[in-house]
Amino acid sequence: MIDVAKDFPLLSNHPDLTYLDSAATALKPQSVIDRMTEYYSSYSANIHRGLYALSEKASSEYEETRQVVADFIHASSSDEIIFTRNATESINLIAYALGREVVDPGDTVVSTIIEHHANFIPWQQLAFQNDAEFKVIDCTDTGELDIYNKQGHIDLADIVTEKTRFFALSYVSNVLGTIQPVKEIIKAVRAINPKTLIVIDAAQALPHMPVDVQDLDCDFLVFSSHKMCGPTGVGVLWGKAAILDHMPPFLFGGDIIREVRIEETVFAQAPYRFEAGTPDIAGVIGLKAAVRYLQGVGMEKIYAHEQNLAHILLGSLTSAFGDALTTLGAKSSAPRLALAAFELDGCHPHDVAALLDEQGIAVRAGNHCAMPLHTRLKAHATTRASLYLYNSEDDIEKLTLALQKAQKILCPSIKK
Amino acid sequence: MSIYQEIILNHYQHPHNHGVVPDADSDVSVVNSACGDSIRVTLATDGETIINIAFEGHGCAISTASASMLTDHVKNMSLVEARKLTIHDVLKLLGIELTAGRVKCALLPLEGIHTALHKLEG
Repeated sequence: MIDVAKDFPLLSNHPDLTYLDSAATALKPQSVIDRMTEYYSSYSANIHRGLYALSEKASSEYEETRQVVADFIHASSSDEIIFTRNATESINLIAYALGREVVDPGDTVVSTIIEHHANFIPWQQLAFQNDAEFKVIDCTDTGELDIYNKQGHIDLADIVTEKTRFFALSYVSNVLGTIQPVKEIIKAVRAINPKTLIVIDAAQALPHMPVDVQDLDCDFLVFSSHKMCGPTGVGVLWGKAAILDHMPPFLFGGDIIREVRIEETVFAQAPYRFEAGTPDIAGVIGLKAAVRYLQGVGMEKIYAHEQNLAHILLGSLTSAFGDALTTLGAKSSAPRLALAAFELDGCHPHDVAALLDEQGIAVRAGNHCAMPLHTRLKAHATTRASLYLYNSEDDIEKLTLALQKAQKILCPSIKK
Repeated sequence: MSIYQEIILNHYQHPHNHGVVPDADSDVSVVNSACGDSIRVTLATDGETIINIAFEGHGCAISTASASMLTDHVKNMSLVEARKLTIHDVLKLLGIELTAGRVKCALLPLEGIHTALHKLEG
């Protein structure tokens, strides 16, 4: 049993709040806030080139995060860790710096219908602009990726060819809450085309479960600090060293160079080549504190906590509402996190969210930056509750009662 | 104070002017890109006033109540006056305080009516 709510000052500041929107952003533990305040009040110098003590301290605190993050995702080297603004920027970096160069007319760029717009639109636009085919893997009506043959094995023969340049997939869906069989899918992609560049969006996965990039064997993996108890403004792009070594820069400016002359600029090695300008130094230091905090609780423990809450959440919604409530992806056989995006008959998600807010419960309503998925599952919009390590069974009970109240107000004639 | 007052809920559950005007002079659909809600407005005019108006579509309680009240309000109103309606008129009709996020919901039917009126000119 995890009981860490006391570590999160926002919860003490809002004792009547039930926060169920961690998929949008996670709350921050005191240690993260403290480390960032410490930077700003004690050593807020710029990094990398200052020769005085304060700058050296800032540089070493910043660079230490690189190793901490590399260890967290089991990367083979800290040189494979690039700091960006968020997962969205990380994906755009790949698409712009590498995609524009390697995708030729007639090539294929693959994504899926379950993606967040951040892992959908960059690939779509890359394909459109480079005259390539944008292939979108469909899902079934229960939200499973349509990648299985009749024997139930992963079969990508219709999806991946020797012309597939990129294959972009999310580890955990921010709408369905389901965990994709990423390792097996990657194996299947490589069996057809070993050269395809595989990009994994781990924004919803990394905060909630152990992730090992070497074990997955992806080429790129992205995530955002703010979804894993870190500050906003920082994201990570992990890439295999051999690939990063051949990638041109994304943004140009200071810090990415070895030498600048009028006739040419010689760029630095990875990862520095991809971090132009002064970064969010405090944010990166905050991310380090967030990783350490999560490691202190234990990723396996966090995952187990979530599995338990997921089970209770779905069970509670089903027993309270029966067929009147449909949770997207609930019927999928994939393992899942404690996240449910649902439709309640006769109740518009906006109204549900507003009425829940009146009872101190924070959820999200809309399409959660996953319009293609909502269209595919014929859901106009959904209300989404997402839980994290600081949530408990009590929160699920509060949610269910509040939903029942909302249902009575909005559609009193609906019977279970 | 809850925005889900009885009057709003009544209009939501039993919206006035819900449907489609037959032989409409203007037939438009507008979408709220923030949430995907859409509304279709059909209206008939005698050249100077709105003689009939109806709406249908996907909407939350606020946008549905707004559409219900607004279509009541503009029936038999002159085209000139209808074109001058603003969000303030809508909020006055609704009689509730809305956060910035929900104001868009209330605005959707007004946008629908203005678009329908604009199409008449075209």
